[in-house]
Amino acid sequence: MVSICAILLGFVAGAVLMMTSSSNPLSGFMYLFQGGLKGVSRFCNTLAYAVPLMLTGLSVSFAFQTGLFNIGAPGQMLIGGIFATSLALTLDMPRVVMLAIVISAAIAGGTLWGAIPGLLKAKFNVNEVVSGIMLNWIAYWIVYITISDNFKSATIDTESQAIPGAASLREPFLTRLTGGSNLNLGILIALIATALVVFILAKTVMGYEMKAVGFNSSAAEYGGINVAKNAILAMAISGALSGLAGLTFYMGYSNNMRIGIMPSQGFDGIAVALLANSNPIGVLLSAFFFAILQTGKGFMNAMMPIPPEIADTIIAVIIYFAAASKLIEINMDRIKGFVLRRMGKAKAKKGGQ
Amino acid sequence: MEEYVVEMRDIVKSFGSLRANDNISLRLRKGEILALLGENGAGKSTLMSILFGLYKADSGSIFVRGSKVRITSPNVANELGIGMVHQHFKLVHNFTVTENIVLGLEPQKGISMNLKGAAERIRTLSQKYGLDVDPNAKIENISVGMQQRVEILKMLYRNADVLIFDEPTAVLTPMEIRELIAIMRGLISEGKSIILITHKLGEIKEVADYCTIIRRGKLVDTVKVSDATQQKMAEMMVGHEISFVIDKKEREPGPPVLTVENLSVKNTQGSLGLTDFSLTVHSGEIVGIAGVDGNGQSELVEAVTGLCRSEKGSITINGQDITRASIAQRIHKGISHIPEDRQKRGLVPDYTIEENMILEVYGQPPFSKHGLLNKKEIRAYARKIVDDFDVRSSAGVLSKAGTLSGGNQQKAIIGRELQKQPDLLIAVQPTRGLDVGSIEYIHKRIVEQRDAGKAVLLVSLELDEVLQLSDRIVAINAGRITGEILAKDADENQVGLMMAGVRGKGNPQS
Amino acid sequence: MWQTIEQMAPYAVGYTIPILAAALGGLFSERSGIINIGLEGLMVVGSFVGGISVYYFGPSMGNLRAAWLGILLAMAAGILFSVLHAFASINLGANQTISGTAINLLAGALVLYISRRFVGTGNIVVNSMTRVDIPLGKDIPIIGSLFLTDTYPTTWFVLAILLIGWYVIEKTPFGLRLRACGEYPEAADAAGINVARIRYAGVLISGALAGLGGAIYTVTTAGQSNGSVDGLGFLALAGLIFGQWRTFRVLAAMLFFGFAVTLAQISMLLPSFASIPPLALKVFPYVVTLLALVVFSKSSQAPRAEGREFAYKKN
Repeated sequence: MVSICAILLGFVAGAVLMMTSSSNPLSGFMYLFQGGLKGVSRFCNTLAYAVPLMLTGLSVSFAFQTGLFNIGAPGQMLIGGIFATSLALTLDMPRVVMLAIVISAAIAGGTLWGAIPGLLKAKFNVNEVVSGIMLNWIAYWIVYITISDNFKSATIDTESQAIPGAASLREPFLTRLTGGSNLNLGILIALIATALVVFILAKTVMGYEMKAVGFNSSAAEYGGINVAKNAILAMAISGALSGLAGLTFYMGYSNNMRIGIMPSQGFDGIAVALLANSNPIGVLLSAFFFAILQTGKGFMNAMMPIPPEIADTIIAVIIYFAAASKLIEINMDRIKGFVLRRMGKAKAKKGGQ
Repeated sequence: MEEYVVEMRDIVKSFGSLRANDNISLRLRKGEILALLGENGAGKSTLMSILFGLYKADSGSIFVRGSKVRITSPNVANELGIGMVHQHFKLVHNFTVTENIVLGLEPQKGISMNLKGAAERIRTLSQKYGLDVDPNAKIENISVGMQQRVEILKMLYRNADVLIFDEPTAVLTPMEIRELIAIMRGLISEGKSIILITHKLGEIKEVADYCTIIRRGKLVDTVKVSDATQQKMAEMMVGHEISFVIDKKEREPGPPVLTVENLSVKNTQGSLGLTDFSLTVHSGEIVGIAGVDGNGQSELVEAVTGLCRSEKGSITINGQDITRASIAQRIHKGISHIPEDRQKRGLVPDYTIEENMILEVYGQPPFSKHGLLNKKEIRAYARKIVDDFDVRSSAGVLSKAGTLSGGNQQKAIIGRELQKQPDLLIAVQPTRGLDVGSIEYIHKRIVEQRDAGKAVLLVSLELDEVLQLSDRIVAINAGRITGEILAKDADENQVGLMMAGVRGKGNPQS
Repeated sequence: MWQTIEQMAPYAVGYTIPILAAALGGLFSERSGIINIGLEGLMVVGSFVGGISVYYFGPSMGNLRAAWLGILLAMAAGILFSVLHAFASINLGANQTISGTAINLLAGALVLYISRRFVGTGNIVVNSMTRVDIPLGKDIPIIGSLFLTDTYPTTWFVLAILLIGWYVIEKTPFGLRLRACGEYPEAADAAGINVARIRYAGVLISGALAGLGGAIYTVTTAGQSNGSVDGLGFLALAGLIFGQWRTFRVLAAMLFFGFAVTLAQISMLLPSFASIPPLALKVFPYVVTLLALVVFSKSSQAPRAEGREFAYKKN
């Protein structure tokens, strides 16, 4: 309920902005959605774009459930991505082996980059938001320099070399099937990851411990749970998920890594998680919704003079209202009461006749 | 007809569906001490918060010196001469005494504050009423008793005539309580009037003129204290006859279960909160720690349960050294702990009852195997506890723990801790904030543990509880043992002196 | 070596002053009890308003005047934008960290949107303010050559604000009440103080000062507004922790960061640093920040009520 209101409010904000661009909001939104959904190719592109968002959404919501704010998702994507890319461009092995290697590499990179803020928080009480941002920038420069020095594309200075087919998540069969879209094996990774996350949180001892630490770390400590270990573990898993997001983005949706860009999917993952209220299935839906915004904006920008940043603006507004959910909750009761009273009056009127 | 300095008529205040004050009326004469008596949750604090302007009544009226008034904020209350000493002091820890007192009423010299002038005035007031407070001391460095006197000074600085004291003696030693009573009498002789919120019958008898009794939000009666007995007032407070004595038979203690030797533990400030502490608790015995809050009890409990490390000394359970063991290991060795703060330590409010019941045992069979939880076993276990210990909730074991009432939360925690059949039960403030019925129930279960041969370490700030439940009493002051005595030989005064640091007879360490 | 430091000083101060302004703002907000992660976004807003002022008004009133106008407008914009954070945190009881993050994302996106819409590009380039020497002062040994030559006028503006801010917090009734709200709002509440109003003031002041910092960054050091301040807002936050929320210690911390960032930026040009790998130089400020956080976060003297829920009663 809260989520729907937040989305609506985000669209209202978007509509207002569109009007300042002397554009008709209805056409604006129409082109936005068309750009995202019309036709098999576009639809699957959106789906493919949603995959990294699903993974970063899972990552951030997993951290939320355990009481931590993983704002370092972009950095984890970058490190997971660079680990995988470096190996992909250096080794030459059969496809199955390559896939195993790059997936492991991405997980390793993301885990490392996620565990660091967790460790700093658990042992030194360092605010994980500030440390996360610092690590994002450190990762940014690591990727920048590593690719510039070692893996630069022959043609474009700001890109890495193309990922060889053996290592890429792109599957020619899929690409043909979906009319040339970017849909790739990443979707499988996302679905499996979601299932794993659901399983861990609901059924395992590990999930029980992590949630307890997230809800009330004092009580968890009292019960004998190792708070530090669980905080680090939760951030590590969260990092692993974002590392996988990097893999699916750089080696699935795209075919290389670009330098000088902080991947926005990292921050969008926060919006996805908030909107889905950290529910894993909700994350899948929420990610798809945000993907529509991001893939449709290009088409909209081509058809109308609306700058594409409107998509990011709408997303930011949605986060704001999702965070301010109390307002909506408070007014929910008022709205409910109002509606019920109206219905009661209508019924009484009918009964009296 | 005499004029009342404060009169509250037919006050009604609800919080949602809960009627905290249901048509209560109260009258205070000048120069009088009026006690406001009621159980926890009866509505006393709410009523006084309305008088002090922190809440607004839904209906009813307030008269001060005969004129009708609307008290919309503490500032208005202050202007009318009403002041309140809160139960939980409203003091900023890293401000000085002067800064705390002038907050909200800062004297100005140009744009900046004139703290020196204020400090002088405070010093004068302090001397006049015998409060002995240093205006330049920082709150975090002074004792609790002195902090309370700062709260009193706050009111006197604002020329209060009517002083409301909210459960003032909860944090004081018996000696400090006597000092406070002397201060109150001094205030009365200077023309002030006092309302004393309390549930301590002995103090009411000692100092109050009249007593208004409230039960479940409703006014029961107002009596003249000299005409009423403690028994009568207690029954009016509770609504039925109660017995003060716990049914406890004599029992010979068995072999030692918990042995603490020369234990020293640091407190949160970094200095020693517990020094060279030695104690033994035997099976079939209840040992009660008597002391004022903040004298080392928390450090003792946290060191024994593993929540903090000790600097020196040893802790042994059933002959096994656990000084460096983890919390989980200690739980395995048979220690159960009813924590002081049930909201903070005892429960995870967002978890359901069943999830809370396995908080310590989730890792053991049958509750989990190979890292996977066994929901069926967990539910059965939780149901058993809820039935055995009469834990009431809206949705049974699926209710979120945070939605239970305080009493039911405490029963759930106690159920969880006792169901583990511990060898050592550590109970800290087990009946804090509960109604008399729950208190009786919990006392009964604790005695049952002892009768079944378990060792019980009881830490309580209510001296009565310690005296009634314990077999043996150990008094603690400033982190050291100041006395040890068998309960059957002890009386309140003796133990009170020990708690205050006066080493008494029967003390093995003097 | 000394010459290098002398050459670095103006640039270091150029980085220090914007983040100092933002940190001062953060100080007011956090000491009143509201965590403000949104400093970065507020700086972005200020940076944009400053840049667009020079762009629009520069031709008519001269760059210098336009820059000062931009700075004032940026402060106003910062105040307006921070109302969002204040409203969410105080009236709606939202998680302050998330609200602050939303501000950051919103600022970044909105600024680029407006920039593209009305200027045609996300990147507005402006001419930096000219630097001046302080008469007499520049002859003082050491300090003169380091800090009193080649300075931006805005530096002195911010330092004046620093002194005023310190005085307000430590010596005035408003400051006492602000600090009470940040340590133990229940005490302020019982003293009849309107905690919500004080906290609003704290957040709005942080908006003004962070906006100021962003604008100064654009018209002095950066020379452009491009929708990002490269993490300076977070450096300011780290500086608060590093400086343990005390005004002059925060100044020292920000000076330290200023030099660190400058070192990273210009080091590639200095021969003495040629042997250090470029990566190390680029990430130096961020790593240094992390280390500072590690050292200073444990024994944190953060305002105790920071981020904690509080029941604002509306009798």
